[in-house]
Amino acid sequence: MLKINNLHVSVADKPILKGLTLEVPAGEVHAVMGPNGAGKSTLGYSLSGRPGYEVTDGSASWNGQDLLGLDPAERAAAGVFLSFQYPMEIPGVPAMTFIRTALNAQKRARGEEEVSAPAFLKQVKAASQALKMDFDMLKRPLNVGFSGGEKKRMEILQMALLEPSLLILDETDSGLDIDALRIVSEGVNALRRADRSMLVITHYQRLLDYIKPDKVHVLAAGRIVASGGPELALELEAEGYDKFLPTAA
Amino acid sequence: MSAAPQIDLTNAETFPSRRTEAWKYSDMKRWLREAPEPSGTALVGAPGPFYDLGGEAIVFANGRPVGVTDFIASGVQTLRLRFISDAVGTGHTAAARIVARPGARLLLLETHEGKGSAYVAHNKVEIDVARDAEVTRIVLIEEPEDAISVTNAEVRLEAGGRYRQTVVTTGAKLQRIETQLSHGAEGADARLDGLYLLKGSRHTDLTTVVDHRAADGTTSQLTKGVVHDTARGVFQGKIIVERGADGTDARMAHNALIASERGEIDAKPELIIYADDVQCAHGNTVGTLDESALFYIQQRGIPADEARALLVQAFLFEVIDRIEDEAAKEVVRAWLTARL
Repeated sequence: MLKINNLHVSVADKPILKGLTLEVPAGEVHAVMGPNGAGKSTLGYSLSGRPGYEVTDGSASWNGQDLLGLDPAERAAAGVFLSFQYPMEIPGVPAMTFIRTALNAQKRARGEEEVSAPAFLKQVKAASQALKMDFDMLKRPLNVGFSGGEKKRMEILQMALLEPSLLILDETDSGLDIDALRIVSEGVNALRRADRSMLVITHYQRLLDYIKPDKVHVLAAGRIVASGGPELALELEAEGYDKFLPTAA
Repeated sequence: MSAAPQIDLTNAETFPSRRTEAWKYSDMKRWLREAPEPSGTALVGAPGPFYDLGGEAIVFANGRPVGVTDFIASGVQTLRLRFISDAVGTGHTAAARIVARPGARLLLLETHEGKGSAYVAHNKVEIDVARDAEVTRIVLIEEPEDAISVTNAEVRLEAGGRYRQTVVTTGAKLQRIETQLSHGAEGADARLDGLYLLKGSRHTDLTTVVDHRAADGTTSQLTKGVVHDTARGVFQGKIIVERGADGTDARMAHNALIASERGEIDAKPELIIYADDVQCAHGNTVGTLDESALFYIQQRGIPADEARALLVQAFLFEVIDRIEDEAAKEVVRAWLTARL
Protein backbone atom coordinates (compact mmCIF):
# COMPACT_ATOMS: atom_id res chain seq x y z
CA MET A 1 0.00 0.00 0.00
CA LEU A 2 1.15 3.50 -0.89
CA LYS A 3 0.65 5.87 2.05
CA ILE A 4 1.23 9.57 1.62
CA ASN A 5 0.52 11.68 4.66
CA ASN A 6 0.48 15.49 4.86
CA LEU A 7 3.20 15.80 2.18
CA HIS A 8 4.69 19.25 1.72
CA VAL A 9 7.13 19.78 -1.16
CA SER A 10 8.89 22.92 -2.32
CA VAL A 11 10.70 23.56 -5.57
CA ALA A 12 13.23 26.41 -5.46
CA ASP A 13 11.73 27.44 -2.10
CA LYS A 14 8.26 27.71 -3.61
CA PRO A 15 5.69 25.44 -1.88
CA ILE A 16 3.97 23.24 -4.47
CA LEU A 17 2.47 20.37 -2.47
CA LYS A 18 0.79 21.64 0.68
CA GLY A 19 -0.32 18.77 2.84
CA LEU A 20 -1.18 16.06 0.34
CA THR A 21 -2.69 12.91 1.84
CA LEU A 22 -3.44 9.85 -0.25
CA GLU A 23 -3.56 6.07 0.07
CA VAL A 24 -3.47 3.51 -2.71
CA PRO A 25 -4.07 -0.08 -1.52
CA ALA A 26 -2.23 -2.94 -3.24
CA GLY A 27 -3.80 -4.01 -6.52
CA GLU A 28 -5.73 -0.77 -7.03
CA VAL A 29 -5.45 1.84 -9.74
CA HIS A 30 -6.00 5.41 -8.60
CA ALA A 31 -6.18 8.42 -10.86
CA VAL A 32 -4.98 11.84 -9.76
CA MET A 33 -6.54 14.57 -11.84
CA GLY A 34 -6.07 18.26 -11.61
CA PRO A 35 -5.62 21.52 -13.46
CA ASN A 36 -2.27 22.73 -14.74
CA GLY A 37 -0.01 23.89 -11.95
CA ALA A 38 -1.82 21.89 -9.25
CA GLY A 39 1.34 19.88 -8.47
CA LYS A 40 0.60 16.69 -10.40
CA SER A 41 4.12 16.21 -11.84
CA THR A 42 5.61 17.32 -8.53
CA LEU A 43 3.82 14.42 -6.85
CA GLY A 44 5.46 11.93 -9.25
CA TYR A 45 8.89 13.51 -8.91
CA SER A 46 8.66 13.71 -5.11
CA LEU A 47 7.76 10.04 -4.79
CA SER A 48 10.64 9.06 -7.08
CA GLY A 49 13.19 11.38 -5.43
CA ARG A 50 14.09 13.90 -8.12
CA PRO A 51 16.76 16.36 -6.91
CA GLY A 52 15.33 19.84 -6.39
CA TYR A 53 12.01 18.58 -5.01
CA GLU A 54 12.46 19.29 -1.35
CA VAL A 55 10.18 17.57 1.11
CA THR A 56 9.61 20.00 3.97
CA ASP A 57 7.01 17.99 5.90
CA GLY A 58 4.98 14.80 5.86
CA SER A 59 5.73 11.21 4.92
CA ALA A 60 5.44 8.73 2.08
CA SER A 61 5.86 4.99 2.34
CA TRP A 62 5.46 2.03 0.06
CA ASN A 63 4.56 -1.32 1.63
CA GLY A 64 5.66 0.04 4.97
CA GLN A 65 9.05 1.23 3.72
CA ASP A 66 9.78 4.95 4.05
CA LEU A 67 10.51 6.29 0.57
CA LEU A 68 11.69 9.77 1.39
CA GLY A 69 14.98 8.65 2.95
CA LEU A 70 16.02 6.69 -0.15
CA ASP A 71 17.89 7.91 -3.21
CA PRO A 72 16.18 7.54 -6.62
CA ALA A 73 17.90 4.26 -7.49
CA GLU A 74 17.02 2.76 -4.10
CA ARG A 75 13.39 3.74 -4.59
CA ALA A 76 13.43 2.04 -7.99
CA ALA A 77 14.84 -1.11 -6.38
CA ALA A 78 12.03 -0.86 -3.81
CA GLY A 79 9.55 -1.09 -6.70
CA VAL A 80 8.84 2.54 -7.64
CA PHE A 81 8.61 3.29 -11.36
CA LEU A 82 7.83 6.72 -12.72
CA SER A 83 6.74 6.79 -16.34
CA PHE A 84 7.86 10.21 -17.54
CA GLN A 85 5.62 12.65 -19.34
CA TYR A 86 8.60 13.34 -21.61
CA PRO A 87 10.97 10.35 -21.48
CA MET A 88 14.62 11.36 -21.84
CA GLU A 89 16.78 10.54 -24.82
CA ILE A 90 20.00 8.76 -23.82
CA PRO A 91 22.43 8.96 -26.76
CA GLY A 92 25.04 6.23 -27.09
CA VAL A 93 23.27 3.69 -24.89
CA PRO A 94 21.28 1.03 -26.75
CA ALA A 95 17.79 0.59 -25.26
CA MET A 96 18.30 -3.08 -24.55
CA THR A 97 21.63 -2.50 -22.80
CA PHE A 98 20.05 0.24 -20.74
CA ILE A 99 17.15 -1.88 -19.54
CA ARG A 100 19.35 -4.85 -18.68
CA THR A 101 21.78 -2.59 -16.79
CA ALA A 102 18.84 -1.15 -14.83
CA LEU A 103 17.29 -4.54 -14.14
CA ASN A 104 20.56 -5.99 -12.88
CA ALA A 105 21.31 -2.92 -10.76
CA GLN A 106 17.91 -3.34 -9.10
CA LYS A 107 18.47 -7.04 -8.60
CA ARG A 108 21.89 -6.40 -7.04
CA ALA A 109 20.36 -3.84 -4.69
CA ARG A 110 17.75 -6.41 -3.62
CA GLY A 111 20.34 -9.15 -3.20
CA GLU A 112 18.88 -11.18 -6.09
CA GLU A 113 20.73 -13.00 -8.83
CA GLU A 114 21.37 -11.03 -12.01
CA VAL A 115 19.69 -12.05 -15.23
CA SER A 116 21.92 -13.48 -17.96
CA ALA A 117 22.09 -11.94 -21.43
CA PRO A 118 20.37 -14.85 -23.23
CA ALA A 119 17.58 -15.07 -20.66
CA PHE A 120 17.05 -11.32 -20.87
CA LEU A 121 16.97 -11.40 -24.67
CA LYS A 122 14.12 -13.89 -24.50
CA GLN A 123 12.15 -11.67 -22.13
CA VAL A 124 12.73 -8.61 -24.28
CA LYS A 125 11.57 -10.36 -27.43
CA ALA A 126 8.34 -11.50 -25.79
CA ALA A 127 7.64 -8.12 -24.19
CA SER A 128 8.33 -6.11 -27.34
CA GLN A 129 6.09 -8.37 -29.39
CA ALA A 130 3.26 -7.84 -26.95
CA LEU A 131 3.64 -4.08 -27.41
CA LYS A 132 3.95 -4.40 -31.20
CA MET A 133 7.40 -2.84 -31.13
CA ASP A 134 9.99 -3.37 -33.82
CA PHE A 135 12.75 -5.36 -32.14
CA ASP A 136 15.43 -3.38 -34.02
CA MET A 137 14.32 -0.28 -32.13
CA LEU A 138 15.76 -1.86 -28.99
CA LYS A 139 19.22 -1.89 -30.50
CA ARG A 140 19.08 1.85 -31.10
CA PRO A 141 20.12 4.40 -28.47
CA LEU A 142 17.32 4.75 -25.94
CA ASN A 143 14.57 7.08 -27.16
CA VAL A 144 16.90 8.94 -29.54
CA GLY A 145 14.86 10.08 -32.51
CA PHE A 146 11.81 8.12 -31.31
CA SER A 147 8.33 9.57 -31.85
CA GLY A 148 6.22 10.50 -28.82
CA GLY A 149 4.28 7.25 -29.16
CA GLU A 150 7.44 5.17 -29.47
CA LYS A 151 8.88 6.76 -26.34
CA LYS A 152 5.73 5.95 -24.35
CA ARG A 153 5.78 2.40 -25.62
CA MET A 154 9.41 2.18 -24.54
CA GLU A 155 8.32 3.29 -21.05
CA ILE A 156 5.72 0.53 -20.92
CA LEU A 157 8.27 -1.99 -22.16
CA GLN A 158 10.60 -0.97 -19.34
CA MET A 159 7.77 -1.41 -16.84
CA ALA A 160 7.02 -4.88 -18.19
CA LEU A 161 10.66 -5.91 -17.86
CA LEU A 162 11.60 -4.17 -14.62
CA GLU A 163 8.40 -5.37 -12.94
CA PRO A 164 7.93 -2.53 -10.47
CA SER A 165 5.25 -2.85 -7.79
CA LEU A 166 4.29 0.85 -7.73
CA LEU A 167 3.65 2.46 -11.11
CA ILE A 168 3.33 6.19 -11.38
CA LEU A 169 2.17 7.28 -14.83
CA ASP A 170 2.74 10.97 -15.40
CA GLU A 171 0.53 12.28 -18.23
CA THR A 172 1.06 9.09 -20.17
CA ASP A 173 -1.52 10.15 -22.75
CA SER A 174 0.19 13.38 -23.75
CA GLY A 175 1.47 13.34 -27.29
CA LEU A 176 -0.33 10.12 -28.20
CA ASP A 177 -2.76 9.65 -31.06
CA ILE A 178 -5.73 7.40 -30.49
CA ASP A 179 -4.06 4.23 -31.82
CA ALA A 180 -0.93 4.75 -29.74
CA LEU A 181 -3.10 5.51 -26.71
CA ARG A 182 -4.90 2.20 -27.15
CA ILE A 183 -1.68 0.19 -27.44
CA VAL A 184 -0.05 1.93 -24.49
CA SER A 185 -3.19 1.50 -22.34
CA GLU A 186 -3.43 -2.18 -23.20
CA GLY A 187 0.20 -2.49 -22.15
CA VAL A 188 -0.56 -0.83 -18.82
CA ASN A 189 -3.72 -2.91 -18.25
CA ALA A 190 -1.74 -6.09 -18.87
CA LEU A 191 0.44 -5.10 -15.93
CA ARG A 192 -2.45 -4.95 -13.45
CA ARG A 193 -1.84 -7.37 -10.65
CA ALA A 194 -3.10 -7.99 -7.13
CA ASP A 195 0.21 -6.94 -5.57
CA ARG A 196 0.83 -3.93 -7.80
CA SER A 197 -0.53 -0.42 -7.36
CA MET A 198 -0.83 2.30 -9.95
CA LEU A 199 -1.08 6.05 -9.69
CA VAL A 200 -2.31 7.52 -12.95
CA ILE A 201 -1.64 11.25 -13.13
CA THR A 202 -3.59 12.99 -15.84
CA HIS A 203 -5.18 16.25 -16.84
CA TYR A 204 -7.76 14.68 -19.13
CA GLN A 205 -10.41 12.09 -18.56
CA ARG A 206 -9.67 10.53 -21.97
CA LEU A 207 -6.93 8.20 -20.65
CA LEU A 208 -9.33 6.83 -18.02
CA ASP A 209 -11.57 5.45 -20.76
CA TYR A 210 -8.74 3.03 -21.42
CA ILE A 211 -7.18 2.60 -18.01
CA LYS A 212 -10.13 2.24 -15.65
CA PRO A 213 -9.35 3.52 -12.19
CA ASP A 214 -10.76 2.17 -8.93
CA LYS A 215 -10.69 5.65 -7.48
CA VAL A 216 -10.29 9.21 -8.71
CA HIS A 217 -8.71 12.04 -6.69
CA VAL A 218 -8.74 15.72 -7.50
CA LEU A 219 -5.47 17.55 -6.86
CA ALA A 220 -5.78 21.31 -6.66
CA ALA A 221 -3.41 23.88 -5.16
CA GLY A 222 -1.15 21.19 -3.73
CA ARG A 223 -3.75 19.05 -1.93
CA ILE A 224 -6.28 16.33 -2.62
CA VAL A 225 -9.55 18.22 -2.47
CA ALA A 226 -12.00 15.54 -3.54
CA SER A 227 -12.04 11.75 -3.96
CA GLY A 228 -14.59 9.44 -5.50
CA GLY A 229 -15.27 6.64 -7.95
CA PRO A 230 -14.70 6.69 -11.73
CA GLU A 231 -17.79 8.89 -12.11
CA LEU A 232 -15.81 11.78 -10.60
CA ALA A 233 -13.62 11.83 -13.69
CA LEU A 234 -16.66 12.16 -15.94
CA GLU A 235 -17.97 14.96 -13.77
CA LEU A 236 -14.67 16.82 -14.11
CA GLU A 237 -14.73 16.29 -17.83
CA ALA A 238 -18.20 17.84 -18.01
CA GLU A 239 -17.80 20.64 -15.49
CA GLY A 240 -14.09 21.41 -15.42
CA TYR A 241 -11.90 22.07 -12.42
CA ASP A 242 -13.32 25.50 -11.60
CA LYS A 243 -15.20 24.52 -8.49
CA PHE A 244 -12.02 23.04 -6.98
CA LEU A 245 -9.85 26.09 -7.56
CA PRO A 246 -9.15 28.34 -4.56
CA THR A 247 -10.65 31.39 -6.25
CA ALA A 248 -13.98 29.57 -6.69
CA ALA A 249 -14.08 28.54 -3.05
CA MET B 1 54.33 25.75 -39.05
CA SER B 2 55.78 24.18 -35.94
CA ALA B 3 53.79 24.87 -32.81
CA ALA B 4 56.55 23.39 -30.68
CA PRO B 5 59.86 25.05 -30.09
CA GLN B 6 62.58 22.41 -30.11
CA ILE B 7 62.42 21.18 -26.56
CA ASP B 8 65.69 19.86 -25.21
CA LEU B 9 65.28 18.31 -21.77
CA THR B 10 68.90 19.07 -20.92
CA ASN B 11 68.38 22.80 -21.45
CA ALA B 12 65.73 24.59 -19.36
CA GLU B 13 65.86 27.59 -21.66
CA THR B 14 64.09 25.56 -24.34
CA PHE B 15 61.06 24.84 -22.11
CA PRO B 16 58.09 26.83 -23.39
CA SER B 17 56.09 29.02 -21.05
CA ARG B 18 52.66 30.60 -21.42
CA ARG B 19 54.34 33.59 -23.02
CA THR B 20 54.59 31.47 -26.15
CA GLU B 21 51.10 31.69 -27.71
CA ALA B 22 50.97 27.99 -28.63
CA TRP B 23 51.75 27.06 -25.00
CA LYS B 24 49.40 29.53 -23.37
CA TYR B 25 47.37 26.83 -21.61
CA SER B 26 50.26 24.47 -20.90
CA ASP B 27 52.95 26.39 -19.11
CA MET B 28 55.79 23.88 -19.02
CA LYS B 29 58.18 26.34 -17.45
CA ARG B 30 55.86 26.83 -14.49
CA TRP B 31 56.21 23.19 -13.49
CA LEU B 32 59.75 22.68 -14.66
CA ARG B 33 62.18 25.47 -13.88
CA GLU B 34 65.33 23.42 -14.26
CA ALA B 35 66.45 20.63 -16.53
CA PRO B 36 65.79 17.26 -14.83
CA GLU B 37 68.61 14.83 -14.14
CA PRO B 38 68.75 12.15 -16.84
CA SER B 39 66.84 8.97 -16.09
CA GLY B 40 68.63 5.71 -15.49
CA THR B 41 67.81 2.38 -17.08
CA ALA B 42 64.43 0.71 -16.61
CA LEU B 43 62.97 -2.74 -17.11
CA VAL B 44 60.29 -3.28 -19.74
CA GLY B 45 58.19 -5.34 -17.36
CA ALA B 46 54.63 -6.40 -18.18
CA PRO B 47 53.38 -6.57 -21.78
CA GLY B 48 51.51 -3.44 -22.88
CA PRO B 49 47.75 -3.11 -23.47
CA PHE B 50 48.03 -4.10 -27.15
CA TYR B 51 50.13 -7.24 -26.56
CA ASP B 52 47.36 -9.56 -27.71
CA LEU B 53 47.23 -7.90 -31.12
CA GLY B 54 50.69 -9.17 -31.92
CA GLY B 55 52.95 -7.70 -34.59
CA GLU B 56 56.39 -6.15 -34.34
CA ALA B 57 57.50 -3.87 -31.50
CA ILE B 58 59.60 -0.82 -30.86
CA VAL B 59 60.16 -0.32 -27.14
CA PHE B 60 61.72 2.56 -25.24
CA ALA B 61 62.40 2.21 -21.54
CA ASN B 62 63.18 5.58 -19.95
CA GLY B 63 64.01 6.84 -23.42
CA ARG B 64 66.50 4.08 -24.14
CA PRO B 65 65.62 1.93 -27.13
CA VAL B 66 65.31 -1.80 -26.42
CA GLY B 67 66.29 -2.81 -29.96
CA VAL B 68 65.46 -0.75 -33.04
CA THR B 69 64.07 2.80 -33.18
CA ASP B 70 63.05 2.83 -36.83
CA PHE B 71 60.50 0.80 -38.73
CA ILE B 72 59.73 0.51 -42.40
CA ALA B 73 56.36 -1.05 -43.17
CA SER B 74 55.44 -2.77 -46.40
CA GLY B 75 52.36 -4.87 -47.05
CA VAL B 76 50.00 -5.24 -44.10
CA GLN B 77 51.71 -4.94 -40.74
CA THR B 78 51.11 -4.21 -37.08
CA LEU B 79 53.65 -2.35 -34.97
CA ARG B 80 53.45 -1.76 -31.24
CA LEU B 81 55.34 1.36 -30.21
CA ARG B 82 55.82 1.47 -26.45
CA PHE B 83 57.15 4.36 -24.42
CA ILE B 84 57.76 3.06 -20.93
CA SER B 85 58.66 5.50 -18.16
CA ASP B 86 59.74 3.99 -14.88
CA ALA B 87 61.75 6.88 -13.49
CA VAL B 88 61.38 8.92 -10.31
CA GLY B 89 62.03 12.63 -10.59
CA THR B 90 64.28 12.37 -13.67
CA GLY B 91 63.87 13.06 -17.39
CA HIS B 92 64.34 11.20 -20.68
CA THR B 93 63.83 11.62 -24.40
CA ALA B 94 62.83 9.00 -26.95
CA ALA B 95 62.60 9.25 -30.72
CA ALA B 96 61.09 6.82 -33.21
CA ARG B 97 60.82 6.97 -36.98
CA ILE B 98 58.21 5.09 -38.98
CA VAL B 99 57.82 4.81 -42.71
CA ALA B 100 54.92 3.20 -44.55
CA ARG B 101 56.06 2.29 -48.05
CA PRO B 102 53.82 2.86 -51.08
CA GLY B 103 50.64 0.81 -50.73
CA ALA B 104 51.52 -0.45 -47.22
CA ARG B 105 48.92 -0.72 -44.48
CA LEU B 106 50.29 -0.22 -41.02
CA LEU B 107 48.42 -0.50 -37.74
CA LEU B 108 50.54 1.48 -35.29
CA LEU B 109 49.59 0.78 -31.68
CA GLU B 110 51.34 3.25 -29.43
CA THR B 111 51.29 3.16 -25.65
CA HIS B 112 52.73 5.51 -23.08
CA GLU B 113 53.12 3.39 -19.98
CA GLY B 114 54.02 5.56 -17.03
CA LYS B 115 55.03 3.59 -13.95
CA GLY B 116 57.36 5.82 -12.00
CA SER B 117 56.54 9.20 -10.54
CA ALA B 118 57.35 12.85 -11.10
CA TYR B 119 59.32 12.04 -14.24
CA VAL B 120 59.64 14.18 -17.34
CA ALA B 121 59.22 12.38 -20.66
CA HIS B 122 59.76 13.79 -24.10
CA ASN B 123 58.73 11.59 -27.01
CA LYS B 124 59.16 12.24 -30.69
CA VAL B 125 57.60 10.24 -33.48
CA GLU B 126 58.11 10.82 -37.18
CA ILE B 127 55.74 9.13 -39.56
CA ASP B 128 56.02 9.13 -43.33
CA VAL B 129 53.04 7.83 -45.26
CA ALA B 130 54.08 7.14 -48.84
CA ARG B 131 51.87 7.19 -51.91
CA ASP B 132 48.65 5.23 -51.38
CA ALA B 133 49.82 3.86 -48.05
CA GLU B 134 47.67 3.84 -44.92
CA VAL B 135 48.70 4.28 -41.31
CA THR B 136 46.31 3.89 -38.40
CA ARG B 137 47.89 5.23 -35.22
CA ILE B 138 46.13 4.53 -31.94
CA VAL B 139 47.69 6.03 -28.83
CA LEU B 140 46.79 4.98 -25.27
CA ILE B 141 48.37 7.13 -22.60
CA GLU B 142 48.40 6.35 -18.91
CA GLU B 143 50.74 8.32 -16.71
CA PRO B 144 51.05 9.13 -13.01
CA GLU B 145 49.36 12.32 -11.82
CA ASP B 146 52.70 13.99 -11.06
CA ALA B 147 54.40 13.27 -14.40
CA ILE B 148 55.22 15.80 -17.08
CA SER B 149 55.25 14.64 -20.68
CA VAL B 150 55.44 16.14 -24.12
CA THR B 151 54.88 14.05 -27.21
CA ASN B 152 55.37 15.43 -30.66
CA ALA B 153 54.40 13.55 -33.79
CA GLU B 154 55.25 14.77 -37.25
CA VAL B 155 53.25 13.14 -39.97
CA ARG B 156 53.85 13.61 -43.68
CA LEU B 157 51.36 12.36 -46.24
CA GLU B 158 52.22 11.69 -49.86
CA ALA B 159 49.70 11.55 -52.71
CA GLY B 160 46.70 9.42 -51.89
CA GLY B 161 48.13 8.60 -48.46
CA ARG B 162 45.69 7.86 -45.65
CA TYR B 163 46.27 8.51 -41.98
CA ARG B 164 43.95 7.66 -39.09
CA GLN B 165 44.82 8.77 -35.57
CA THR B 166 43.05 8.29 -32.25
CA VAL B 167 44.70 9.57 -29.09
CA VAL B 168 43.18 8.45 -25.78
CA THR B 169 44.55 9.83 -22.54
CA THR B 170 43.84 10.22 -18.85
CA GLY B 171 46.28 13.12 -18.52
CA ALA B 172 49.18 13.84 -16.17
CA LYS B 173 50.41 16.82 -14.17
CA LEU B 174 51.23 18.54 -17.44
CA GLN B 175 50.82 16.65 -20.65
CA ARG B 176 51.01 17.81 -24.22
CA ILE B 177 50.22 15.53 -27.13
CA GLU B 178 51.02 17.33 -30.31
CA THR B 179 50.47 16.20 -33.86
CA GLN B 180 51.71 18.10 -36.86
CA LEU B 181 50.45 16.72 -40.10
CA SER B 182 51.13 17.87 -43.59
CA HIS B 183 49.27 16.99 -46.74
CA GLY B 184 52.38 17.16 -48.96
CA ALA B 185 50.79 15.90 -52.14
CA GLU B 186 47.30 15.79 -53.57
CA GLY B 187 44.43 13.58 -52.56
CA ALA B 188 45.64 12.62 -49.08
CA ASP B 189 43.12 11.83 -46.40
CA ALA B 190 43.54 12.31 -42.65
CA ARG B 191 41.41 11.61 -39.59
CA LEU B 192 42.78 13.03 -36.34
CA ASP B 193 40.71 12.16 -33.29
CA GLY B 194 41.26 12.63 -29.60
CA LEU B 195 39.68 11.61 -26.32
CA TYR B 196 40.54 12.76 -22.84
CA LEU B 197 39.12 11.70 -19.49
CA LEU B 198 40.68 13.69 -16.67
CA LYS B 199 40.27 13.33 -12.93
CA GLY B 200 41.84 14.96 -9.90
CA SER B 201 44.04 17.90 -10.88
CA ARG B 202 45.25 16.34 -14.12
CA HIS B 203 45.95 18.24 -17.29
CA THR B 204 46.20 17.33 -20.91
CA ASP B 205 46.69 19.40 -24.01
CA LEU B 206 45.78 17.91 -27.37
CA THR B 207 47.24 20.14 -30.02
CA THR B 208 47.07 19.50 -33.74
CA VAL B 209 48.41 21.49 -36.65
CA VAL B 210 47.26 20.33 -40.07
CA ASP B 211 48.87 21.87 -43.09
CA HIS B 212 47.13 21.39 -46.44
CA ARG B 213 49.87 22.09 -48.94
CA ALA B 214 48.37 20.24 -51.90
CA ALA B 215 45.01 19.99 -53.63
CA ASP B 216 42.07 17.74 -52.84
CA GLY B 217 43.14 16.72 -49.37
CA THR B 218 40.60 15.85 -46.68
CA THR B 219 40.90 16.17 -42.92
CA SER B 220 38.32 15.10 -40.36
CA GLN B 221 38.84 15.74 -36.67
CA LEU B 222 36.74 14.79 -33.66
CA THR B 223 38.00 15.34 -30.15
CA LYS B 224 35.87 14.73 -27.08
CA GLY B 225 36.76 15.13 -23.46
CA VAL B 226 35.41 14.98 -19.93
CA VAL B 227 36.95 16.74 -16.95
CA HIS B 228 36.19 15.94 -13.32
CA ASP B 229 37.31 17.61 -10.09
CA THR B 230 39.81 20.40 -10.84
CA ALA B 231 41.19 18.85 -14.02
CA ARG B 232 41.92 20.89 -17.08
CA GLY B 233 41.55 19.86 -20.71
CA VAL B 234 43.06 21.82 -23.56
CA PHE B 235 42.26 21.42 -27.23
CA GLN B 236 44.08 23.44 -29.84
CA GLY B 237 43.36 22.63 -33.44
CA LYS B 238 44.85 24.59 -36.29
CA ILE B 239 44.12 23.88 -39.93
CA ILE B 240 46.06 25.79 -42.58
CA VAL B 241 44.98 25.61 -46.20
CA GLU B 242 47.80 26.99 -48.29
CA ARG B 243 47.61 28.74 -51.64
CA GLY B 244 46.97 26.15 -54.33
CA ALA B 245 45.47 23.59 -51.97
CA ASP B 246 42.16 23.88 -53.81
CA GLY B 247 39.46 21.33 -53.23
CA THR B 248 40.49 20.86 -49.60
CA ASP B 249 37.77 19.51 -47.30
CA ALA B 250 38.61 20.00 -43.63
CA ARG B 251 36.32 19.57 -40.64
CA MET B 252 37.19 19.87 -37.00
CA ALA B 253 35.01 19.33 -33.94
CA HIS B 254 35.74 19.47 -30.24
CA ASN B 255 33.04 18.63 -27.70
CA ALA B 256 33.69 18.57 -23.99
CA LEU B 257 31.81 17.99 -20.75
CA ILE B 258 32.69 19.53 -17.42
CA ALA B 259 31.51 17.10 -14.77
CA SER B 260 32.44 19.18 -11.72
CA GLU B 261 32.26 22.70 -10.36
CA ARG B 262 35.93 23.46 -10.84
CA GLY B 263 36.92 21.59 -13.97
CA GLU B 264 38.23 23.66 -16.86
CA ILE B 265 38.27 23.36 -20.62
CA ASP B 266 40.26 25.60 -22.94
CA ALA B 267 39.62 25.28 -26.64
CA LYS B 268 41.23 27.11 -29.49
CA PRO B 269 40.16 26.11 -32.98
CA GLU B 270 41.78 27.98 -35.87
CA LEU B 271 41.21 27.85 -39.60
CA ILE B 272 43.64 29.72 -41.81
CA ILE B 273 42.66 29.60 -45.46
CA TYR B 274 44.62 30.94 -48.44
CA ALA B 275 43.09 28.76 -51.17
CA ASP B 276 39.86 28.92 -53.16
CA ASP B 277 37.11 26.38 -53.52
CA VAL B 278 37.66 24.78 -50.13
CA GLN B 279 35.22 23.42 -47.59
CA CYS B 280 36.23 24.05 -44.02
CA ALA B 281 34.24 23.97 -40.81
CA HIS B 282 34.87 23.80 -37.13
CA GLY B 283 32.59 23.36 -34.14
CA ASN B 284 33.28 23.58 -30.45
CA THR B 285 30.92 22.84 -27.56
CA VAL B 286 31.46 22.70 -23.81
CA GLY B 287 28.62 21.53 -21.58
CA THR B 288 27.75 19.71 -18.39
CA LEU B 289 26.16 16.34 -17.69
CA ASP B 290 22.43 16.48 -18.37
CA GLU B 291 20.77 16.44 -14.91
CA SER B 292 17.42 15.33 -16.32
CA ALA B 293 19.00 12.39 -18.11
CA LEU B 294 20.91 11.56 -14.93
CA PHE B 295 17.69 11.45 -12.90
CA TYR B 296 15.93 9.39 -15.56
CA ILE B 297 18.69 6.77 -15.48
CA GLN B 298 18.68 6.67 -11.66
CA GLN B 299 14.89 6.37 -11.60
CA ARG B 300 15.28 3.07 -13.46
CA GLY B 301 17.46 1.74 -10.63
CA ILE B 302 20.98 2.63 -11.73
CA PRO B 303 22.92 4.25 -8.84
CA ALA B 304 24.17 7.83 -9.30
CA ASP B 305 27.86 7.02 -9.90
CA GLU B 306 27.00 4.34 -12.42
CA ALA B 307 24.52 6.66 -14.10
CA ARG B 308 27.17 9.33 -14.49
CA ALA B 309 29.68 6.82 -15.85
CA LEU B 310 27.06 5.61 -18.33
CA LEU B 311 26.52 9.12 -19.68
CA VAL B 312 30.25 9.85 -19.80
CA GLN B 313 30.92 6.56 -21.56
CA ALA B 314 28.17 7.16 -24.10
CA PHE B 315 29.57 10.61 -24.76
CA LEU B 316 33.15 9.44 -25.24
CA PHE B 317 32.50 6.22 -27.15
CA GLU B 318 31.62 8.21 -30.25
CA VAL B 319 35.34 8.80 -30.75
CA ILE B 320 36.25 5.14 -30.25
CA ASP B 321 33.50 4.05 -32.63
CA ARG B 322 35.40 5.80 -35.42
CA ILE B 323 38.30 3.34 -35.11
CA GLU B 324 38.02 0.99 -38.06
CA ASP B 325 40.15 -1.89 -36.78
CA GLU B 326 37.73 -4.00 -34.74
CA ALA B 327 40.29 -5.73 -32.53
CA ALA B 328 42.03 -2.47 -31.62
CA LYS B 329 38.66 -0.79 -31.06
CA GLU B 330 37.74 -3.49 -28.51
CA VAL B 331 41.01 -3.01 -26.62
CA VAL B 332 40.50 0.76 -26.47
CA ARG B 333 36.86 0.38 -25.36
CA ALA B 334 37.82 -1.97 -22.54
CA TRP B 335 40.77 0.24 -21.56
CA LEU B 336 38.55 3.30 -21.28
CA THR B 337 35.67 1.49 -19.56
CA ALA B 338 38.08 0.39 -16.83
CA ARG B 339 39.03 4.04 -16.23
CA LEU B 340 35.61 5.76 -16.23
